[in-house]
Amino acid sequence: MARRDIPEINAGSMADIAFLLLIFFLVTTTLNVDSGVSKKLSQKPPPDFVPPKIKQKNIFEVNINRNNELLVEGERMELKDLQEAAIKFIDNGGGVGKPNEDGTPGNPCDYCQGERSETSSDHPNKAVISVQSDRGTEYGTYVAVQDELLKAYTVLRNRLAKERYGMLYTELEKAYKDSQRQDESIKKKVDDIKKSYPQIISDAEPTSAN
Amino acid sequence: MSKFKKKKKGVPAVNTAALPDIVFMLLFFFMVTTTMRETSLQIEAPRLPSAAEVKKLEHKSLVITIYVGKAKDPKYGVGYNQVQLNDKIASADDVPAFIINAQSKVSEAEVPFMTTSIKADKESSVGVISDIKLKLRDVNALKLSLSATPGDN
Repeated sequence: MARRDIPEINAGSMADIAFLLLIFFLVTTTLNVDSGVSKKLSQKPPPDFVPPKIKQKNIFEVNINRNNELLVEGERMELKDLQEAAIKFIDNGGGVGKPNEDGTPGNPCDYCQGERSETSSDHPNKAVISVQSDRGTEYGTYVAVQDELLKAYTVLRNRLAKERYGMLYTELEKAYKDSQRQDESIKKKVDDIKKSYPQIISDAEPTSAN
Repeated sequence: MSKFKKKKKGVPAVNTAALPDIVFMLLFFFMVTTTMRETSLQIEAPRLPSAAEVKKLEHKSLVITIYVGKAKDPKYGVGYNQVQLNDKIASADDVPAFIINAQSKVSEAEVPFMTTSIKADKESSVGVISDIKLKLRDVNALKLSLSATPGDN
């Protein structure tokens, strides 16, 4: 038996395979960004702080009980109907808004398309959404409720932005972000929409489970 | 002169046999660093709730993460309400110290931009989350993100 020569293995494409793996891992590492529902906590009030009086009609009460059921403005409601109810409340525009910064009385909401009912909110900048949950409420439900309320604001903001600037609010925000937060003209538009429909969601202290 | 003429025989091929080694080294480096990033979880990986209105968290160095969920070790109980700070199971009372410690690691100008990300399981109860929120308010860490996976409910 003559010893056969083992042919040399061509390692030229090995680099390609390794590069492919390398690029795969590079991409998957950067993709892992954390995302979430952002909230801003209120500052700790000083001990002598007296909470401002808010008219009952300007408060949209959402209660979540320990069985994850919703009670909205005193009536039971399914989660899927919450967004619509919130939009109706925020967009009501039944009265005048908060006084302006220079002290002149507030204006009625001229961009609202709601029913202008006497018994619902006066103006989007006065409309407060209060979420009260039980200590035993499931976190998933709580986040879902927050999400529905934020969706309601986004719908309204999108509508107004489309009317005023011919562009959705979400697109405006993205354009501002794409400009590295430098573009002043877009910033003005974003701020204008934000001011027209400010997100006022307050989390009331949860009720005790026992 | 004939000695010099002999050499003129085309450019020799570059030996690329060592190229895979270099690339593999890079590959292993990235593989190792990816697994080392996250803190080891003492709780079972939280099943995050899903939400449509999510915002991406930018500046990873300015994010403080608090985990809430079910502890892997049964001695801490079986509920979904255990809080993990750094590598240890803790309680909401330890949150202020944890936050202040994290704040001291970044420059003072960046502290107001720090975001606390709460990664809690779907079945955790709101009670624990609001305890944490009250503690966060005590130390003036007001930017909060309730971690959720993007997507419609």
